[in-house]
Amino acid sequence: MQAFLHDAQDFLPILLKGCVVTVELTLAALVLSTLLGFVWALARLSPVRALSVPAIAIITVIRGIPILVQLFYIYFVLPDLGIKLSAFQAGFIGLGIAYSAYQAENFRAGIEAVDPGQIEAAQSLGMRPTLIMRRVILPQAIRVFLPPYGNTMIMMLKDSSIASAITVAELTRGGQLIAASTFKNMTVFTLVALLYLAMSLPLTYLAHRLERAFGRK
Amino acid sequence: MISVRAICKSFGEHRVLDRVSLEVAKGEVVCIIGPSGSGKSTLLRCINGLESYDAGEVAIDGEPVRRDLASIHEVRSEVGMVFQRFNLFPHRTALENVMEGPVYVKRAPRTEARERAAALLAKVGLAHKLDAYPAKLSGGQQQRVAIARSLAMQPKAILFDEPTSALDPELVGEVLRVMLALAREGMTMIVVTHEMSFAAEVAHRVLFLDEGQVVEEGTARHILANPRHERTRDFLQRVLRPV
Repeated sequence: MQAFLHDAQDFLPILLKGCVVTVELTLAALVLSTLLGFVWALARLSPVRALSVPAIAIITVIRGIPILVQLFYIYFVLPDLGIKLSAFQAGFIGLGIAYSAYQAENFRAGIEAVDPGQIEAAQSLGMRPTLIMRRVILPQAIRVFLPPYGNTMIMMLKDSSIASAITVAELTRGGQLIAASTFKNMTVFTLVALLYLAMSLPLTYLAHRLERAFGRK
Repeated sequence: MISVRAICKSFGEHRVLDRVSLEVAKGEVVCIIGPSGSGKSTLLRCINGLESYDAGEVAIDGEPVRRDLASIHEVRSEVGMVFQRFNLFPHRTALENVMEGPVYVKRAPRTEARERAAALLAKVGLAHKLDAYPAKLSGGQQQRVAIARSLAMQPKAILFDEPTSALDPELVGEVLRVMLALAREGMTMIVVTHEMSFAAEVAHRVLFLDEGQVVEEGTARHILANPRHERTRDFLQRVLRPV
């Protein structure tokens, strides 16, 4: 125990730097996946087949490929096509794209849960489609998609560790480097695990709150 | 003012509307009666372009009503619609429901819209429920908010799609009384209803629709008391004396 605490003191500053990158990576990927997911969901629900068919294809392809492979593709293959990205950029873009498919299905479920009578009432007031989306559908859909959104955030925080495989200097990567040079696997990975837990607890609480606030109605 | 000329509509093989025509003058109240599945609601929904039709014409003040025309939003904002299931916006209060159209469609100033909305809710007897959410209102109250919501758009006419069918019997009267008052003020109304006493008292004209066709049309007294057609007699018999 003494040794553990002693080593922890040495390792923590480095691991905490990794935590900062993990949080940055998660937030960036969250924003990207939310935006993309929203676009896919709207396209998917569009009556225009030229939009809905490609959206279905995109969602299917993204969901069918492991996140790790998507990250490898973006980090190692895109440079061959002349697109050079830093490890962090590749990481958040890859995670963002991978998660956009889940976000899209989530948003779609929310939007489809809105009673069609709501849309008819809005139409009969003379509202146009974008106004109906903004004033009538989204405020109601949010009740359905916020609770799972909380869980998505937790999963994303944990899956950001996959970016260690493309050398993003996040928490897991930091742990790997220290473990490789000190062989103190037990100390290092216990710390890494505890740090992930510490970061996910507030999110778990948030997800729980969201579910209670919106799940009821 | 509202002119429906020989519209036809089919859902697959099933013909819902078969060359239905209807002219409604300004200030007129027309009740549409008929068995369920006779096309009453579909006819109403064609008049404000919630539904498309296969042939024929619908026009309001000479302006064609078709879902695929760019002008459809304009047309809808001029014709109110009250639904069987109220369809109030559940995330907004009664007052906000009534303000929604004027503020976001007509771009009326908020304070002015609020005053008018409050006045309209007072008119339908809900001055004490301005800040209530729909979930806290009874069916009758919700339907009266819905009527205020369509009135807020200062419509040329209001279409009522079985406005009391989803209500408990004791709440029907409060909604019908609001509609009666509107009719007396000269509002142009088309009402799909099973309330024969309302039709008898308020309607200038009654239309009997069956299997997508106008079987009979005339004054309320004429249709309800002395129907000429067998199908009308049959229907009235079943509605008025179900047992």
